[in-house]
Amino acid sequence: MIWAWIPRNGSLILGLLGEHLILSLVPVLVGLVLAVPLGWLASRSRVARAVLIPSAGVLYTVPSLVLFIVLPVILGTRILDPINVVVALAIYTVALLVRSVADALAAVPAMVVAAATAMGFRPTRRFVSVEFPLAVPVLIAGLRVATVSNISLVSVGAAIGVGGLGQLFTDGFDRSFPTEIITGIVLSMLLALVADALLVGLGRYATPWSRVGPRAGRTA
Amino acid sequence: MIEFRGVTKRFPDGTVAVDSLDLQVESGGITVFVGPSGCGKTTSLRMINRMIEPTSGTILVHGDDIMAGDPAELRRGIGYVIQQAGLFPHRTILDNVATVPVLLGWDKKRARDRAAELMELVGLAPEMAKRYPSQLSGGQQQRVGVARALAADPPVLLMDEPFSAVDPVVRESLQDELLRLQAELGKTIVFVTHDIDEAIKLGDKVAVFRVGGILAQYDEPGALLARPADDFVDNFVGRDRGYRGLGFRSGDGLPVGEVHTVAVGGSSAAVRAEVGDGWALVLDAAKRPQGWLRVADLPAGDAPISADGLVAGGSLYNTESDTLRGALDAALSSPSGLGVAVDADGAVVGSVTADDVLSALAAARDGEDAA
Repeated sequence: MIWAWIPRNGSLILGLLGEHLILSLVPVLVGLVLAVPLGWLASRSRVARAVLIPSAGVLYTVPSLVLFIVLPVILGTRILDPINVVVALAIYTVALLVRSVADALAAVPAMVVAAATAMGFRPTRRFVSVEFPLAVPVLIAGLRVATVSNISLVSVGAAIGVGGLGQLFTDGFDRSFPTEIITGIVLSMLLALVADALLVGLGRYATPWSRVGPRAGRTA
Repeated sequence: MIEFRGVTKRFPDGTVAVDSLDLQVESGGITVFVGPSGCGKTTSLRMINRMIEPTSGTILVHGDDIMAGDPAELRRGIGYVIQQAGLFPHRTILDNVATVPVLLGWDKKRARDRAAELMELVGLAPEMAKRYPSQLSGGQQQRVGVARALAADPPVLLMDEPFSAVDPVVRESLQDELLRLQAELGKTIVFVTHDIDEAIKLGDKVAVFRVGGILAQYDEPGALLARPADDFVDNFVGRDRGYRGLGFRSGDGLPVGEVHTVAVGGSSAAVRAEVGDGWALVLDAAKRPQGWLRVADLPAGDAPISADGLVAGGSLYNTESDTLRGALDAALSSPSGLGVAVDADGAVVGSVTADDVLSALAAARDGEDAA
């Protein structure tokens, strides 16, 4: 381990860290936006569920490297375009989250949804103010898996030259230089841990009701 | 008024949940739909606010066909209390109660002020406002459910087995609370239950449904107990209906007879002289009954009467508020066979016997037959 290498290459490492962050988090956001309506559909219709959930499962089994190489053909992008990585990871995120969203919505108590309808909520408002907020805890669990998985998958992109911190692995291997490899591994692990911790915090902040102990302030 | 005209609900699998129901729910009273599971009582209730839509027939609320407008608008004008309260777990108690006012577009401050008012009305302490439903007991949650349904002051309130998930003691207090609220508010309430005792206690009118969604009898609770329309209703109303029916007959015409009384500290010799070997009722200074004394058990000689060692009395018959049921129970539960009659302050005014109650019942029946 040659510690001096790290500060000497500080701006390179920071640049790759930033790229890694963008390449992994943009797909999470895109995937979330796509997965919510698909998951909603799967929670509402038996047919949609029978189609969507297994297809999501199959999509997730496609190896990432294959996607990185096939996508340019489908999308008409250049092989080294970062958009390929973003699209591939967004697909994985959707594949993971559709099931989470569908399960989370299905877990909202039927009695609560019926009460909302009976109070006079129209379907859209009911979704936004009752069903979706109640689905957040399960959804956050899905988001944590998707985010951590994306952060590790970005590195695979190094094989096609767009891999954020992954490029420290490939470069380190090419030059038989362990310091660079270890730096890449440690940083991507740290990134995953920090992102995961932030999501846990976000989940707690967004669901104050789930923090109160059952019957905590009960007086009678 | 809510009116069902030939309403039928057939589910896609062919089950007929409600079969050509004709029924008028009168304004300002509690109408209870009761029956075994599968009798269509809940389906009938849910058709009023279009949670379930009728297959055929018409439902009118205050003369308007419910199918004419927008269902969400209709529902905002009809309070709804669902089983197990169905509160929004992610909203504070105050925001739960403010739900319908917010949907109606009230500004936040006005909606919350109104919600706080409602919490007070149903007996919830103001410090509950910021709590979440999971922090409340079942009984408290049910009160929140009632407050939420009343928040926008709807003229009609639908209650779908609201007290079925709480224990019997809490249920009883929630029922009393509902009767108290209703005396104050005078809403048109439709209440669904499978519990005939709850129906009889709460209902101004009771509709008994039989399996298949057929209305078996629609009557006042006293009439239901006295004259069940058929064997099904008779069975459903259950045991002791003759006795329970007394609960709907006023004690006004019941004669109140004499009873031997003695104050605590009175002379035992004087009691023996007056009563012989029967029973005497021992009173405190405010003339409230303390218990019965078997005069034959008194020691010989003269001594002051003690409040200790008395035979415990039975239930008391309050001449100002109790029915014949209270009078008969007082007589049957008293060790002397004389029911103790008291006034509103609990002071003894006399006694009633089981024979008196039966005579009063016979007289009341004769009066009804003549009418």
